[in-house]
Amino acid sequence: MDTILQFFDTNLIMIYLLVFTIILGFEVISKVPTVLHTPLMSGANAISGVVIIGAILLIRAANPNDFLTLGLGTLGVILGMVNVVGGYAVTDRMLEMFKKKKK
Amino acid sequence: MLGSIVNLAYLIGATSFVWGLRQLSTPDTARKGNLLAAFGMGIAIFATMILPMTGVANNYPWIIGGMLVGGIIGFFAAKKVQMTAMPQMVSIFNGLGGACAVVLAMTELVHYYDRTATLSSGQLFIVLTTLLIGAIAFTGSMLAFAKLQGLVWDSQVTLPKHHIVNYILLAATIGLTAYVYMGGVGLGMTMAIGLMVLSLVYGFSFVAPIGGADMPVVISLLNSFTGLSAAAAGLIYDNNIMVVGGILVGAAGVILTVLMCEAMNRSLFNVLIGGFGGGAAAAIGADGDQVAKTVTINDAAIQLYYSQSVMIVPGYGLAVAQAQKVVKELDDLLSSNGVDVKYAIHPVAGRMPGHMNVLLAEADVPYPKLLDLEDANNAIPNTDMVVIIGANDVVNPAALDEPSSPIYGMPVLNVWEAKHVIVMKRSMSPGYAGIQNQLFFHDKNKMLFGDAKDSLQKLVSEIKTL
Repeated sequence: MDTILQFFDTNLIMIYLLVFTIILGFEVISKVPTVLHTPLMSGANAISGVVIIGAILLIRAANPNDFLTLGLGTLGVILGMVNVVGGYAVTDRMLEMFKKKKK
Repeated sequence: MLGSIVNLAYLIGATSFVWGLRQLSTPDTARKGNLLAAFGMGIAIFATMILPMTGVANNYPWIIGGMLVGGIIGFFAAKKVQMTAMPQMVSIFNGLGGACAVVLAMTELVHYYDRTATLSSGQLFIVLTTLLIGAIAFTGSMLAFAKLQGLVWDSQVTLPKHHIVNYILLAATIGLTAYVYMGGVGLGMTMAIGLMVLSLVYGFSFVAPIGGADMPVVISLLNSFTGLSAAAAGLIYDNNIMVVGGILVGAAGVILTVLMCEAMNRSLFNVLIGGFGGGAAAAIGADGDQVAKTVTINDAAIQLYYSQSVMIVPGYGLAVAQAQKVVKELDDLLSSNGVDVKYAIHPVAGRMPGHMNVLLAEADVPYPKLLDLEDANNAIPNTDMVVIIGANDVVNPAALDEPSSPIYGMPVLNVWEAKHVIVMKRSMSPGYAGIQNQLFFHDKNKMLFGDAKDSLQKLVSEIKTL
């Protein structure tokens, strides 16, 4: 119990951020109309590629001779980057189709 | 100084994510919104590259190499994919995000167990959570992809009593997670690898019994898992923008999951267990004595051409037949004769949320013509002709008046309230839910049998002769 309370106290700002982002996320996303649900999903999917930042930090901090960490980190960067670039590019392709119909 | 710039860059990045998603709420600003979110990601990645870190080797060649490889793969995959294959593409991208989280968590665990880094008990908990959610998102998405692509059929990956198997696997996964957590650093890497394998197996097994028509729910849910795993990974690195981005994605996934479940009037639990059974349900309403009326191409063409208003109800069958462009052609012909053509889009039409809208947008159908369930049902009583193309369960009156039906209570399009209905369909076979559709025998309804694209093309050429 003490460790949990201590964790709560030391990470208070992070927990605030967490809670407010959840509320903000629900507010913003519930306004997206049905027509745009697929681009919303693929666009959000691209944002989840933000995990690539973790992989970059990992590689930067790695020992240059630690090939296991470097290899895994690079794998992480590749996976994350496919997610990011592919996600945004495919969303843009879809939204372009919606855009040009505007008369 | 540099540290402050990086912090500012992260703040701008996170704000761009939120504002970009905000702009996705209207088709006019959506494209800008997506570009803004992409810009935010670019800033965040660049800031992470220059973030001041003391006494590190940086290893930039590894990072840049990985980014080039991943970026090129992602770019070409996104350019090449067919719009009908969008659910598969999103599933793969999503799975890779989950896999990235798994890689990060496992690397942290390697360092933890060989004692080159320490983790507080709170951090260990977060690492294990990242591992668990990321692994489930990864294999779950990959199986969802395989199912959508038609590489794997439900029956090939489903065991008898599969939901019980899933309960056991889930209990075992959570149990092992708790064991690894309690075991501390003395436990060693073997158990961590065991946990990873078990989580991967659970992710696979969890998606296995979920049927093809429930894919919109599964994709939404897995999307939210990937977001949550990214957020959890953000807690490992104490990185705000990862937390913000991950949570936003998590929220998007949860909202879409709930919407999809509501559109099918089923609980998430019911979907996850594997919902519709075949046998018992198939018997309902399968009345062999009833005969459905049919209509010829010629009659259908005349009726459509001289209507005041036509409502097209597209289902996934339309996408399978790749007939969106012919529908648009039909639309143009009718519109040029003063017919008011609209489309009624059921929320679960297609294989992911909003999929049908994208397919029709690709065929140049203007989005104001696409009505959602509520608007369509309001407009149907004043519609002369409803044309149903490759849809079945979403226009089944049993959802309203047959309490024993598995789809009872599901919101459907009340197409029988229109003056006339034409159902274009290959045969009388039941839809995904395995139930007969009384609409086919309704007074107002006529059947037009044949492949959707083929029939539509014949209709178009017939109308051209009028």
